[in-house]
Amino acid sequence: MVDLDPVTLSRMLTGLTLIVHIVFASIGVGVPLMIALAEWRGIRKNDPHYTLLARRWARGFVISVAVGVVTGTSIGLQLSLLWPTFMRVAGQAIALPLFMETFAFFVEAIFLGIYLYTWERFKKPMIHLLLLIPVVLGSSASAFFITSLNAFMNAPQGFTLKNGVFAEFKPLVAMFNPATPTKVSHVLASSYTASAGLLAGIAAYSLLRGRKEAYFKKALKLTVISTFVFAVSTAIIGDFSGKFLAKYQPEKLAAGEWHFETTDRAPLIYGGVMDESGSIKYAIKIPYALSILAGNSPNTEVIGLNEFPVDERPSLKIHYLFDTMVTIGGLLVLIPLIYMFRHRLSRKGNKRGYPKWLLVCLVLLGPLAMAATELGWLYAEFGRQPWIVRGYMKVAHAATTQDTVGYMIILFLALYIVLCLSCVKVLAKLFRNKDVVEEMRELGIHAKGGMKP
Amino acid sequence: MSYEVVGITILWTFLFGYLIVASVDFGAGFFSYYTAVVTRHENKVHNIIQRYLTPVWEVTNVFLIFFVVGLVGFFPDTAYFYGTALLVPGSLAIVLLALRGAYYAYNTYGSSKENDKIYMTIYGATGLLLPAALSTILALSEGGIITETNGKVRLDWIQFFSNPYTWSVVILALVSVLYISAMFLSYYAKRAEDQHSFELLRRYALFWSGPTILACVFVFFQINRQNPEHFENMLNMSWMFIASLICFLIAVYFVWKKVNLGWAFVLVMLQFAFAWYGYGRSHLPYILYNQISIYESFTNETMAIALIIAFIAGLFILIPSLILLLRLFLFDSKYVRGHSPKKG
Ligand code: HDD
Ligand code: HEM
Ligand code: HEM
Repeated sequence: MVDLDPVTLSRMLTGLTLIVHIVFASIGVGVPLMIALAEWRGIRKNDPHYTLLARRWARGFVISVAVGVVTGTSIGLQLSLLWPTFMRVAGQAIALPLFMETFAFFVEAIFLGIYLYTWERFKKPMIHLLLLIPVVLGSSASAFFITSLNAFMNAPQGFTLKNGVFAEFKPLVAMFNPATPTKVSHVLASSYTASAGLLAGIAAYSLLRGRKEAYFKKALKLTVISTFVFAVSTAIIGDFSGKFLAKYQPEKLAAGEWHFETTDRAPLIYGGVMDESGSIKYAIKIPYALSILAGNSPNTEVIGLNEFPVDERPSLKIHYLFDTMVTIGGLLVLIPLIYMFRHRLSRKGNKRGYPKWLLVCLVLLGPLAMAATELGWLYAEFGRQPWIVRGYMKVAHAATTQDTVGYMIILFLALYIVLCLSCVKVLAKLFRNKDVVEEMRELGIHAKGGMKP
Repeated sequence: MSYEVVGITILWTFLFGYLIVASVDFGAGFFSYYTAVVTRHENKVHNIIQRYLTPVWEVTNVFLIFFVVGLVGFFPDTAYFYGTALLVPGSLAIVLLALRGAYYAYNTYGSSKENDKIYMTIYGATGLLLPAALSTILALSEGGIITETNGKVRLDWIQFFSNPYTWSVVILALVSVLYISAMFLSYYAKRAEDQHSFELLRRYALFWSGPTILACVFVFFQINRQNPEHFENMLNMSWMFIASLICFLIAVYFVWKKVNLGWAFVLVMLQFAFAWYGYGRSHLPYILYNQISIYESFTNETMAIALIIAFIAGLFILIPSLILLLRLFLFDSKYVRGHSPKKG
């Protein structure tokens, strides 16, 4: 591994750090919103179960934030350490969102610190809830800023290139490039989905282990319905992302869809394998679907991969990444839908509780949504290859020239393994040591709901 | 002031902010470890430290990120030179920061009531290793160690480790961290009305004041050996270093007499501010001697203006938030004394 070239190694290390970071970043973006939702319901319905839910989520949330912060620090510094040439040149156009992101972090960090330590400090519970607004805004804003930087790498604008010299920079134009709207909204929606799904999975897991308290059922209902809403919006925005790609980054869409000839009425190829001669087997072909994804009408012409020089085509493997993401997207809508249907039934007198298979599916919501997030990013990033700034700078020209990157990969791999394992251990211990029922008793909450008289 | 100078001043100010908050944090790690694990004093000092650190630790980290991101934003060439040269030391520093941050949160927010030995050791050790590692970048900035030949940037490790200047900076960083931290914590212990911890921390503060000033003088003259041009500039602003010394003397006097502890800490900040800005100002126009000058390596003007506007807008959000944080946790005597309800 150590004798690969610095470019490949830098790509591996960047990918490694981001794959770890995105798990915690998605939680960092989405969970504050869920906490706010629970606390708000608790105040509005005067139901202490929801308040306790918010409180317990918040307690676990800080632990994951800590790992989010340290892995974020890691990628923040690695951008300069591994891609010095990229930062030197692109920094001229794109330093602004990175810089503003740190302010968003500041706000988030400050108000999260305050929020955690002021549960009983204000007479009106609403004031405490208000403290969460800057946390939600701060983390979503940081996702916006960083994603606009990534969007710039896919659809660069806001500068000119004359005789190899970049000039006439326009930072706002660079930030609000054509990729920004779909990318940012898809990233935000997918973070909300992943967080809601994760929390739904935790609630379902407790029910699966035989807990019967109303607390868990309320938690499940809140989180599963949220997952449904967010997953539907993620899928709709995903459709817009496809339209963005068709227009601005057709090679990524074409590679993802194994679409070689430019045509209208393009079919969508789902799954399948390709042999050496390039013919596709075992795939499901959905007529016109690719044209519809690209432009809402079967008559849309979709640019094929053959229009691009061979050395500027991304890997064809990203097809599987895209297909799996979309499949999961479907499941994330379907599973909550089944739950909601069952829930309806059980309200109409059928009081049997939830069947085991459904709970197992609900537990899977979390891992599935996280997997979709990772796959989506891998698709987006591998699909940009060989470019680091599409059309302007290739990855091969942007990396560090140091030949010690290989050792750093080993170092960081060890670090992330330690961090993630210890994080899981700490979280598990946190919730085991303080059982919900015990805590409800401490706080004087009835297990069935409502305060003790 | 030119945009270049505005830019570097903003960054230098944030690095100063990091210097103060992080020193308190780093030193606190060491003292926690020392009092609880080595001398087996009861956990009181540790509790004081925890109460102060818990709400602010994440904020500390952002100061550093802000500096790095801002430096690359305003002066993109720094990414190229420092970024390439610092791959290994930078990565090691990230690992230390990561372990420190994560284990701090695990221990504080996780449910273990007893303070874990592993955690205390990681926290104590990184409290000394990090300032040592980070401070060496200042030593590098004096030039001669990072070289560029045939478009390849390299760090001359032998030159780096055999240079007395490097070591003088490391020593200064270590003793200053302990000094700043002890000065702050004795003020905080006094506010918490914890007489016992106060006495102990005051002794630490006084103990580390001597080495601090000796290390300062030592570094001052090492700069002359390393980079006479820089030294010459420093002499031209000698009033700043003299002001620093005066602040130091009054601060130590206050702590000695156990009066005006709040002011004593303000004076400590002023002491370091004078020295910090004096050092920084005399370092200009170079960020890396003879290779990166703020004038030649500046970003384009549009970006500079955008960054400065973003910075000013950011301050309007940041300053009220910071004041709120300080009022709720640092200046709220009920919280400081530990009467407020515990974390959620
Ligand atoms: C919960 C996660 C999740 C789910 C269920 C989906 N996606 Fe996604 N997708 C992401 C999470 C994600 C992401 C992680 O947020 C990505 C990576 C980069 C980006 O912009 O968003 C992404 C990228 C991404 C891209 C590439 C955008 C680009 O490179 O600019 C497209 C075309 C889609 N998605 C389309 C879809 C469609 C049609 C879905 C239908 C169900 C879908 N995604 C579900
Ligand atoms: C957090 C989710 C992300 C994940 C999981 C991710 C994943 C990856 C992966 C796997 C690579 C290696 C690509 C390859 O070798 O083919 C990569 C490269 C890279 N990514 Fe991302 N990425 C993410 C977000 C971002 C964002 C937001 C930015 C911009 C700030 C970014 C900047 C880069 C850079 C500079 C490279 C190196 C150049 C390249 O290989 O194209 N990434 N990323
Ligand atoms: C190259 C890409 C990235 C860089 C350079 C980066 C940088 C950082 C840094 C420096 C931090 C720590 C901030 C602190 O000290 O408080 C952080 C945390 C965070 N990042 Fe990233 N990040 C990247 C990718 C992403 C992506 C793709 C998202 C969102 C989808 C994201 C969202 C967050 C959030 C919300 C946090 C706060 C931690 C939390 O609340 O869990 N980041 N990131």
